[in-house]
Amino acid sequence: MATILTDRGELTAATDDGLWLDAADAERATGWVLKPEGMCCDDLCVPLPAAMVAAGRVDVAGFWRRLGNPVVHDEARQVWALGAGAAARRDALAGDAAPDFALPDFAGVTRRLSELRGRKVFLSTWASW
Amino acid sequence: MVVAVAEESRGADHARTWVEQAKASYWCLVDTEHRVADLYGMVNVPQAVWIDEAGRIVRPPETAGSTDHFRRMDMTTRTLAPELAQARQQARTDYLAAVKDWVTTGRHALPPDAVKRALPKLTPEIAEAHARFRLAVWLQRNGRAAEAAAHFAAASRLHPDSWSMWRQAADLEAVGKAGGPEFWARVQALGDKPYYPPPDLPGFAAPRKN
Repeated sequence: MATILTDRGELTAATDDGLWLDAADAERATGWVLKPEGMCCDDLCVPLPAAMVAAGRVDVAGFWRRLGNPVVHDEARQVWALGAGAAARRDALAGDAAPDFALPDFAGVTRRLSELRGRKVFLSTWASW
Repeated sequence: MVVAVAEESRGADHARTWVEQAKASYWCLVDTEHRVADLYGMVNVPQAVWIDEAGRIVRPPETAGSTDHFRRMDMTTRTLAPELAQARQQARTDYLAAVKDWVTTGRHALPPDAVKRALPKLTPEIAEAHARFRLAVWLQRNGRAAEAAAHFAAASRLHPDSWSMWRQAADLEAVGKAGGPEFWARVQALGDKPYYPPPDLPGFAAPRKN
């Protein structure tokens, strides 16, 4: 079992060598759906080279890099981080809405930025260190 | 509404004292993976983004009230000369006044084109740095500190402008290290470059060098 860290959260999935996932786990990890024409998200499909799909499993690391996103892993290749590429982050920042996120408060309650729509928000960072 | 995000990979308990003392009525959130810095291209604390009622960014990530006066601290006494301390306090007051001005009048909000021009310049190296940082936080939390340290170091090499990545990693190594001799050496190495670039607001000229 591998641990996969993504913008969509943290999940565990059965993998073969590398980050080969079945179609359901590939969708959980990336949001993209395996179809005959390739990996699809909404109306957009990205063809997969033959080497990236076999017996219903997808080379998710290869696919994710193909989209221009970073993929890093631990030494044992059991923990993977699927990051967002510079273009994806840039587009989101330059888009019509501030990038949304959900984080816990100090009581453990999850708060989502977009809940504050309709109010001005002063979003500020700080640290103890 | 203020949303104060603690970049705190050690977890909520490590930052709780400050939050309790602030007796905040606004949202105080814990960001162990520095997710907000990743999404918004932030590189230091405190940095802020102003977001209007429609959810649009109206000021890009900018230094939120801090200044470079600390670089002229007397290192033997660890104090600032009174005029520097006063200038530093004034910058805080002025920034807070600008935020309040925006809330009541809408002033200081930038048009979309100006926001776009001022957004951080993101690169593939920065994107990979954030992925490595996230992996490193996970490894650290799961008792694999040595492996984590290698990824933290790689993240800082890929994104040398991020003080948050470097200082968080230093803090995880040992509390206090984020402000220790290595930190001061890195600040010194900035030369003429600012540690806290002043925000593009009236009255916030670049602080004078030594």
